[in-house]
Amino acid sequence: MEFKTHISVRNLSVFYGKEPALRNISVNIPDKKITAIIGPSGCGKTTLLKSFNRLIDSIDGVKVSGEVLVDGENIFDPKAEVTHIRKKMGLLSQKPYPLPMSVYDNIAYGPRIHGIKDKKTLNSTVEYHLRESGLWEELKDKLHTPASKLSLGQQQRLCLARGLAVEPEIILGDEPTSALDPRSSQRIERKFLELRDKYTIVIVTHILRQAKRLADYVIFLYLGKLIEHGSAKDIFENPKEEMTKEYIKGVIS
Amino acid sequence: MYKIRFLKDRLAGKIMLLLTVFSAFIIFLMAFGLYQKARPILAIKPFTELLFSSSWHPLRGEFGFFPFIMGTLWITGVAVAAAIPLCILTAIYLSEYAHTKIREWTKPVIDLLAGIPSVVYGMWGVLVIVPVIKNHIAPSLGVFSTGYCVPPGGIVLAIMIFPVIIHVSSEVLRSVPHEIREASWALGATKWQTVKHVVLRKASPGVIAAVVLGISRAFGETMAVLMVAGNVARVPKSILDPAYPLPALIANNYGEMLSVPLYDSALLLASLVLLIVVLFFNIISRGILIKIEQRIQ
Amino acid sequence: MNRKKIEESVFKGLMALSTFTILPSLILILISIVKKGLPAMNLAMITQVPKGGYYLGREGGILNAILGSLCLAGGATLLAVLTSLPVVLYMNVYARKGSRLVNFTRFSLDVLWGVPSIVYGAFGFTLMLFFGLRASLLGGIIAVSLLILPIMSRAMDEVVRMVPEELLEASYALGATRFETAFKIITKQALPGILTAVLIAFGRGIGDAASVIFTAGFTDSIPYSLFKPVATLPLAIFFQLGTPIPEVRERAYASALILTIIILTISLASRILIKRFTRHIIK
Repeated sequence: MEFKTHISVRNLSVFYGKEPALRNISVNIPDKKITAIIGPSGCGKTTLLKSFNRLIDSIDGVKVSGEVLVDGENIFDPKAEVTHIRKKMGLLSQKPYPLPMSVYDNIAYGPRIHGIKDKKTLNSTVEYHLRESGLWEELKDKLHTPASKLSLGQQQRLCLARGLAVEPEIILGDEPTSALDPRSSQRIERKFLELRDKYTIVIVTHILRQAKRLADYVIFLYLGKLIEHGSAKDIFENPKEEMTKEYIKGVIS
Repeated sequence: MYKIRFLKDRLAGKIMLLLTVFSAFIIFLMAFGLYQKARPILAIKPFTELLFSSSWHPLRGEFGFFPFIMGTLWITGVAVAAAIPLCILTAIYLSEYAHTKIREWTKPVIDLLAGIPSVVYGMWGVLVIVPVIKNHIAPSLGVFSTGYCVPPGGIVLAIMIFPVIIHVSSEVLRSVPHEIREASWALGATKWQTVKHVVLRKASPGVIAAVVLGISRAFGETMAVLMVAGNVARVPKSILDPAYPLPALIANNYGEMLSVPLYDSALLLASLVLLIVVLFFNIISRGILIKIEQRIQ
Repeated sequence: MNRKKIEESVFKGLMALSTFTILPSLILILISIVKKGLPAMNLAMITQVPKGGYYLGREGGILNAILGSLCLAGGATLLAVLTSLPVVLYMNVYARKGSRLVNFTRFSLDVLWGVPSIVYGAFGFTLMLFFGLRASLLGGIIAVSLLILPIMSRAMDEVVRMVPEELLEASYALGATRFETAFKIITKQALPGILTAVLIAFGRGIGDAASVIFTAGFTDSIPYSLFKPVATLPLAIFFQLGTPIPEVRERAYASALILTIIILTISLASRILIKRFTRHIIK
């Protein structure tokens, strides 16, 4: 599959203390496509995802070797500015974590900390992103209610809007629908498909069907090692590795 | 054979129930007991006069508590003003920034600080702080002072309430879910921005509860303050004036209590007031903390 | 952009400064105590009572206070254990889940936890007047046991609550009564934690002055009767510090040193016990 690379992972290894979480991973993430990272629980999928926006920095005793290049620049370079890197990425976690503020403030938080103070700009940003996430009609009269009062599905869409409000280039999803009911899950999945044209999307999922529905590109991890990667068609219809075959058949889980 | 075990179980159960009920009602017993002893003076003098009169002459039957209330407020005020910023900054540092090693080492230090008895703090204050004020600070301000005044009381008290405030604040900060911090970091916020806008917002009720607990401790602290604050029954007019907080008053006069009419009643009334004020603060603080715990679950 | 950076560094600096101010203050205090107390220590100090009166006498030591404190704190701790342990076991084993009495008792004890010791002293005093007691060892024991009861109960409660439900169920399944489960199984399982609670309470009780100032009195002699006044280390410091006579002051310093040593030892011991306790917990 021919593609332009947005994120390039080169020999990335991550250790939590003495425990290896990722072993020597090298893979390229295609630009403006949906990439799914699949594999059984605890195999390093979330670690890989979180190394893209350097959230793993916050873990005590973590050691990272190797490089992750975004637009050609290594984000693990000691001189790299972490907040700048993170601004390029939006993260959607498994459970929605709205900030302890109103709906409006949740979305305005990102732009505000990056320096935007003008009320008009903020208002239009909030409206725009709420519309993009399909929440504007539901929430336009409730902009100042605390975000914690929304339903789980609404909260997750709010978190998506919040992430988009900082104008990232890449969206990272860590099992973004596993805590939601089927209907809300559907909405989020549809959203990802719509966003694909504008953003590079990487999602971690343990729901194979979801990967089949959404992914253009698939990465399969097992016990921290990269087993196989390729276009979705190749992986799901013609897996080359034994382990991939078994996982797809649902044997390892 | 079985019957004996069963009887033992029932009997023990009844005794234990009794003891439990007793424990639950100690607080009421105490309030009641003190009130009974305080009644005589309440019967004679109106409560407002006792609270607001500045005239304290027990031999003449005058029992105005105002100087002592003010003394308590001055010293507690100084202590809390000094302790709050230091404690909150320290709690934030320990929970958000510090390495695990530093956290591990400061916890025992804080616990040790908490265990040192009041009198020992008082002794330290007398030996170290009072001379500094008398010999260095007061003269540089052009004032004479014996060194026994509000600041040593405030300083000693501040150190004594550090452990409470820091401990509870740290717990509260730690209970803020890590994912919220991650969500903020993921948006590109710095650590300090995250602390300022997100963590503190979530933790503020708990931190307030911690401060309220600290204030409540400060009100009741007796010995250390007694030893350094000067104990002059006048309302302090400036920061270098001596003060006579309420607990110190009670402790100092246990000897004369029974020989002067109504003196014991007045002092026990003071104890009762102290009990009620402290209870009030404690209940508020506990209430906040319980609410937080419930919300987490 | 730069303002953000400056704000961040300023606050980081302030925070580190605060934290590292607290550490030295402990060391400062300990240094003063040792500096004054060590020179005052000699064999006579700990084996003799003050000769010629504690306030004026130039000779003798603080044996009166050492033994007095140990007896008083020991007696108070005993009384507190005899109340706390049954209460905590009742709340966790006998009572029904979510019982109103239990919640109320926990709340009540929690709130008592912060009550100033002078109030306990004052209340103890009213009790003594009521029963016709005079300042004595018994009076002190009662006041201090009330003081340390909430502290001990809460510490014990936290420890007993950690005993897993399954262990209790296993005991009942074998046909044990509640009494047997409580006193044979839980106490064994939670023993280090219970001991820690007792130690903590003892440490608090022995160092407190305000609760004994009314109730225990002071004396030159070592404790020999429940109904006579008794000397305590905290009061030994308090009464003997402000004297013009240097030998008497020495006694105060020595008392402070001994008291601090006792408390530091207890702190260390309870820390070790807690480590042993948590090693066995499987969760």
